[in-house]
This record gives sequence, C-alpha cells and structure tokens, in this order.
Amino acid sequence: MQIINLIKRKIFKQQAGIISVEAPAASFSIKNLLGGKNVGDLVFQNVLRFFASILLLIVVLMVIQMVNQSMPSIKQFGWNFIKNNTWDPVKEEYSAWPFIFGTLYSSLLALLIALPLSLGVSIFLSEFAPRWLEKIVSLLVELLAAVPSIVYGLFGIFVLAPWLRTTIEPALGNKFGFLPLFTGPPYGLGMFAAVIILVVMILPIITSISRDVMKAIPVTQREAAYALGATKWEVVKIILGGAKSGIVGATLLGLGRAVGETMAVTMVIGNTPQISYSLFEPGHTMASVIANEFSEATSTLHVSSLIEISLLLFIITVILNAAARLIVWGVTKKYKGRK
Amino acid sequence: MHNVELLNITETADSNISNKKAENKKEKIKVDKLNAFFGNVKALNNISLSFSENTVTAIIGPSGCGKSTLLRCINRMHEEVSGTYEGIISLDDENIKDNDPVWLRRKIGMIFQKPNPFPTMSIMDNVTAGLRLNGIRNRSKLKEIAEQSLRQAFLWDEVKDILKQPGIALSGGQQQRLCIARTLAVSPEVILMDEPASALDPLSTNKIEELIFELKKSYTVIIVTHNMQQAARVSDYTAFMYLGELVEYNKTANIFTNPSNKRTEEYVTGRFG
Repeated sequence: MQIINLIKRKIFKQQAGIISVEAPAASFSIKNLLGGKNVGDLVFQNVLRFFASILLLIVVLMVIQMVNQSMPSIKQFGWNFIKNNTWDPVKEEYSAWPFIFGTLYSSLLALLIALPLSLGVSIFLSEFAPRWLEKIVSLLVELLAAVPSIVYGLFGIFVLAPWLRTTIEPALGNKFGFLPLFTGPPYGLGMFAAVIILVVMILPIITSISRDVMKAIPVTQREAAYALGATKWEVVKIILGGAKSGIVGATLLGLGRAVGETMAVTMVIGNTPQISYSLFEPGHTMASVIANEFSEATSTLHVSSLIEISLLLFIITVILNAAARLIVWGVTKKYKGRK
Repeated sequence: MHNVELLNITETADSNISNKKAENKKEKIKVDKLNAFFGNVKALNNISLSFSENTVTAIIGPSGCGKSTLLRCINRMHEEVSGTYEGIISLDDENIKDNDPVWLRRKIGMIFQKPNPFPTMSIMDNVTAGLRLNGIRNRSKLKEIAEQSLRQAFLWDEVKDILKQPGIALSGGQQQRLCIARTLAVSPEVILMDEPASALDPLSTNKIEELIFELKKSYTVIIVTHNMQQAARVSDYTAFMYLGELVEYNKTANIFTNPSNKRTEEYVTGRFG
C-alpha cells in the first residue's frame, strides 16, 4: 500500500516538474524503492554468497574433524609426536619426525635443483625465445604439469630407479662417496628417485608462473633499460629485480606442491621411516605414510596418529600456499595499479 | 607525380644541409638513404637528413608516418623489436653499426612517451641505474651525479627530501623528469625524445619544454611530437614526414610560416593529419 502511494507521489512530482523528467527510468523503477538495488541483483548476490560460504564451511569442518580425530594421539604424545624418531605400530609408539624430515628434505632438495632450472627456462621463454618457440615450449611445460602423478610414479619405479641403481648411484658412490649425500648401498628406490621425480613435477609450476610474472613487466621497462645502454644480461637482471617477489611466490607454490605430493613419491621413496642425509637411503614422507598405512591402521591410536600427521601436513601446505598467493598477488597489483 | 615529389624533397634537404653549414654548427648525426623495415613492411623510405650539435630538431607528421621508427633507428632500438634497416646512420661521422649498440645507447639517450621509471627502485636508484650499469659503485660519486642530473632536470627541489621513495610514487610529470634525469646521468651526447609530453598535463608539458630549451645548450636534441605548437616552440629545425618519407626539412620558422611543400602546409595548418 505504502509502495503504491510512493509511486503515486513520484508520478505527481514528475508531472509537477519537481523531479526532472530527464531520467524517468531511474526514478520510476522498483530499484529506488529498495534503496537503489535491483531485486534480481539482490537474489543473485545472496545465492553467490551462499555458494562462497559453503567453501569456507568445508575447510572449517575439515580442520575441526582433523583436530577432533587426532585428539587421542595429541593427548598421548603431546609435543613428543613431533620430536621423537620412533614409528612402531606394533608397540603403539608413534612420532612424526622422520616423516616431517623426509618431506622437508626431499622437497627442499627438489626445490634447490628445480629453481635454477625453471628460472633458466622462464628467462629464455620470456626474454630470448622467438614467439613460435616460446609457444611450443610453454605448451610442453604446461603438459608436464598435467601428467597424473601415478604416471610419474610408474616411470620412477620401472625406468628411473633401475637406472639409478645400476648406473648413477654406483658411479656417484665411487667418486663422491666421501660426501654424506652419497653414502650407503645403491637401492635405486629411495630419496634420490623421489627428489628427481619431484623436480620434474614442480618444474612446470615454477617455470610457468615465473614466465608469466616476467612477461607482466611492461615492455617500457625493457626499453628503459636498453635505452640506458644495458646489455641483454643487465636487462634480464632489471627484469628479475622487478619480478623478484613473483618468483618467490612461484617457488613457494612449487614447494607446496612438492610437500603435498603423495602418489609418485610413495612409489619411489622406499617407505622407511628413518632419518638419513644420504640420497641413496630410502625415506618416508608425511603424505606417503598416510597413503601406505591408512588401510591397515586398526587401533585408535594408529589412526589418530595418521590423522595428526595429515593435520600437520595441512598446516604446512596452507602456510606455504597462503604466503605464495599473497606475494604473487602483491606483485601483479603493483604493476596493474599504476599506469 | 611521386617521383617528382621525391626529387623536390631531396632538393630541399640538400639545400638545408648547405644552410646549416653556413651556420657553422657541427653535424652530429647524419642519416643517409635510410630504409627501415618491420619484416617485409617498409616503414621508412629513403630518408636522408642530418642533425646538428646544440640544436633541437622536431620531427612531425601524422600517426604511422615513421617518426618514431626514425628515432629508434638512431639508437638502434629499432633492432630490438626485430626491425631492420638499410642505409647509413653515423654519429660523429662514424657508422653506428660499427659499434656495439650498448655503447651507442650510452652516447644517445632516449626518453619515451610514457614515463617509465623502474618501479622497484627508489628515486635515487632510478637516477643512478645507468651509472651502476656502467660499473660506477662509489656512493659519493653516484650521489653527486644524481644531484647534478636531478638539478638539470628541474626535479631536485621537489625530490631532494624523498630520494629513498619509489620512483613510481611521483606524479606523471615528475616521473618523466626523473626519466630525463636518469638519461642525463650517463652523460649522453644526443637525446632522443619520443613524444615526451604527450601523456602529461599542460603544466608538466610546459616544464618539459623549458627543460628541452636548457638541454639544447649541451646536447643535440631530437624530439618526435604530435603537437605542432610544441614543435614550433621548442625546435630550431623541423622535419615533416608523411607515409615513411621525409617531405620537408627546414628551419622551424620556415616550416611553419613559409613551407615549400603543399602537404607540409596542409599539415601544419591542420587541414589533414
């Protein structure tokens, strides 16, 4: 009733020339009556808000469940769960340090090898390669990222590991056996195979993001450097300076991928919970122990310990990914924000 | 028709060269029968002219006439976008192709249409970027040259207290003067300007024009501009280009008051272009 009155009043004002007739459509719709909002928009907005909140809800529920389920193990072991070295389902003694070590050691080593490689490739793609070659190589790099990890795992078991066992590891052991990295008998399956597989898996992520960040740096920057008499290498240095934070972000994303990688690593790492710096020794990671043991875990404490490991893994990957996103977001904003 | 015109052009260009010799100013840059290409597309057709020391030469003409390409041939930036050229361009009677482009660009500085300070560097670092590329590490020397260059670019008083702030925090006009200071810091002999004021407001434009007038005392300045009033205000000589050809090259006063070519007249009076 009120609404009708309002409309009537508006019509009256219009006729009396109080409201300018130049914008009749705007002053006459329901939009104005709802405080400037369209009904359809309002509904649409709230539906979307609902969808978005589902996502948040899933994450929150997952965390609550994980904390809840790992309570028995948290109560039993406390901080020792992270500090101790024993993982013995028979004696019901559980601690995660060998897995945390295995995860971080394999991931960081993989990063150490993958980062220079990816930087080289992305600098080549964004600064040196002719367009057609850039397209082909970029496509190949992105294909590498799309290969399912089980395929890498199979390749690791049937091709990489035997090759490492018969050729590479004996040779390295002979020549560099004095280094702690290359001690012990050559098993093939072990940290070395896991690191190599991880390198192949994180290479495309770091490469394609770094290339994007470098290409996001405007041509005018390159021209400024060239016009100052910079050599090609110096131009690249200036571009790297601008892309620095984006590259850090890409690296963290790659690290996140390596930390969370399950299937391929489980297949080649040897699955032995021990702490050894030698690449030839088998190891274990947080993801691989969960994949290996969840089906055999019968006691409450065993299950709970596995879930606590997954909680730790979750926390590590969330921190890495959040940091990476923030940094990448920061660098793109800087260039798009100003003209 | 076309041929006749071309002949005229060469004639005017030749007569100008003799004009300048009478003035007794050294020819800093000589361009001889320059043809420039992007792939198979010809962008410049048989351009010959020379630029004298301590003068400002404006290059005018409608969009796409090859002004910028000519400019970018002179410091070999044209080749960075995989362009090619035929003919001879010489700096101090030395073919620029005989030397490393890196060395050349330290002698021939360039200012671009859009101010392009390095966004991750402070004002100070921006000004000294070229010096540091040259291997100068001495901090007090860097500071001294930075102050001198910023003063020359009329920017010192505005930024002397905020040298540590990022270069992109400045206004557009200040950024452009920062770029000019950055170019001056490596003490070039020639400064190329590719529409340096077209992205700026009238007040900043005014400052840049004053600056160009000052720069003329110690440098050879070549400026590409769309703004004919600007060309008339700042330049001693003006070259009018059309469709990749040099139509007329003469003293600025002559070009604007008494052009010998009909096209030039039509362009400077705003009837086309």
